[in-house]
Amino acid sequence: MTPIGAIVAKELRSYFVSPVVYVVGAVFLLIVGLLAYLYIVFAGAQAIQLMQIQGGQAQINLNDLIFRNLFASVRFVLLIILPILTMRLFAEERKLRTFEFLMTSPAGLNEIVAGKFVSVFLVFLGLLAWTSLIPLTLSLFSDFDWHPVLTGYLGLALLGALFLSVGLLASALTENQIVAAFVSFGLLLLLWLLAGMGSLLGDTTAGQIISYVSFMEHYDHLVRGLVDTKDLVYFATAIILLLFLTHRVVDSTRWR
Amino acid sequence: MIDVQQVTKRYGQHTAIDRVTFSVAKGEVLAFLGPNGAGKTTTMRILTCFLPATEGSARIAGYDCQDQPLEVKRRIGYLPETPPVYQELTVDEYLRFVGQLRGLTSNTLTAAINREVERLGLGPVRHRLIGNLSRGYRQRVGLAQALVHDPPVLILDEPTVGLDPKQIIEIRELIRSLAGSHSVILSTHILPEATAVCQRVVIISAGRIVAEDTPDQLSARLRNSEKISVVLKRPPGDVEARFKEIPGVQHVLAGGEGGGFLLESELGHDIREDVGRLAVNSGWGLVELKPVSMTLEDVFLRLTRHEESMGQPGQGSGQTELEPMERAETSS
Repeated sequence: MTPIGAIVAKELRSYFVSPVVYVVGAVFLLIVGLLAYLYIVFAGAQAIQLMQIQGGQAQINLNDLIFRNLFASVRFVLLIILPILTMRLFAEERKLRTFEFLMTSPAGLNEIVAGKFVSVFLVFLGLLAWTSLIPLTLSLFSDFDWHPVLTGYLGLALLGALFLSVGLLASALTENQIVAAFVSFGLLLLLWLLAGMGSLLGDTTAGQIISYVSFMEHYDHLVRGLVDTKDLVYFATAIILLLFLTHRVVDSTRWR
Repeated sequence: MIDVQQVTKRYGQHTAIDRVTFSVAKGEVLAFLGPNGAGKTTTMRILTCFLPATEGSARIAGYDCQDQPLEVKRRIGYLPETPPVYQELTVDEYLRFVGQLRGLTSNTLTAAINREVERLGLGPVRHRLIGNLSRGYRQRVGLAQALVHDPPVLILDEPTVGLDPKQIIEIRELIRSLAGSHSVILSTHILPEATAVCQRVVIISAGRIVAEDTPDQLSARLRNSEKISVVLKRPPGDVEARFKEIPGVQHVLAGGEGGGFLLESELGHDIREDVGRLAVNSGWGLVELKPVSMTLEDVFLRLTRHEESMGQPGQGSGQTELEPMERAETSS
């Protein structure tokens, strides 16, 4: 087994023997399920209203009424829960003095950072997979366009990867897990607010740059069903940059 | 196998180790002896490529720790002060992870794990979570971790800490059995441990090497010579060379606070008069000159006293440090 494989296997094992993944997973799925339920009930009420006004067969768009709202809300849920998953990755190693062991093993730092990122990303994809029950169940009773749902899921996966790499960086900065979680909340909220600042500045160059840096518009495009290379490049470069920064931070902790 | 040349490590203003030079041959066991905080761990961290040296070079098996860290890391087994164990894994899972990280294939890995579990007596706890094990077992798991890939160089930071007397004897036995095929550096602040398992002892104090020899020669040398202690207020830079010019002076050991020196001379050769004259005529501010009779422990305490006089909270004197060890030796 390669060192990356060994690290991924060990991290997955560590996740699933601790209660954190189960608690975080349960809360995530409960909230997403409740949100989906609310949007479905809301869509139903709208349909009845439309039928009363138009009479007969009113067409309602489930993609607009349910999925776009749901994808927009899940964004926020991820911001809350993903830092909890990433906070332990480096902070715990340093607290429990296994960091020195890891750094003196022949696994390179690239492999250590990549292994930790891949493992937490797999945990996240596992959680995300459970939410597919929502569109699958809905498809039994109604018709909707699968295309924006699938691109929405691509958006969620990329957004999650971005959040996780922010969390990984925060975890590398400190040996206190709580601090790591709060630093990642802070960084993510900052990225979120950049979108608001960007739209405030409007169509100026500064406004466009600031909007581009925030994940909001890139994610929105995917949720609306638009797969644009520009957005994919945004996520890829942001994740790689954050992992690179993590690499540098971990390396520098040896020097202090 | 291990070659350390003039290595200095500074943390800001604080110099942790100062121009440390020593080497370990293939198959040799070297003890790194010194009080807590003398720079033992820093030296080991530089050797394991965890810390970069500020100056100087450290090489293991011909590879430079700074330039070819991966080659070095492949060839060492390292047991840090705190056993680096993952509490949520069982002993078996942990050793498997360690072996995989170091690139062992699954066939050799199982054999290697069985070998270490056998060698360190981990059989009864093999499938238990490390988090539930006692300090002694964790220490042994830490040792198993350092040995599992059978590295040519072993770096052990206080390997017998936290073990009971019987286990201490066993671990020393194990380290002795590794000699010949492995180069071992072990650090300790326990003197009998160094004499029991090592072919050579390096005494380090306040970041500087103050003595280096085999345990036998070190004590023989001290038994077969006269020793005087000299304290100078204003020692010049070349004081050691100047002392050595006096007929009969064999060794000059610097150490101790405020310009203290330990001079050794041939048996029956009184050098006190000459030393006194030299110091007074040169205006070095001679404040103390007295004969001393010493054991190895005395030398150790004297050489390392500088450290203690600076006062380290929560740390006993060297003497109390040695006592429990002595009892452990006799009780088993």
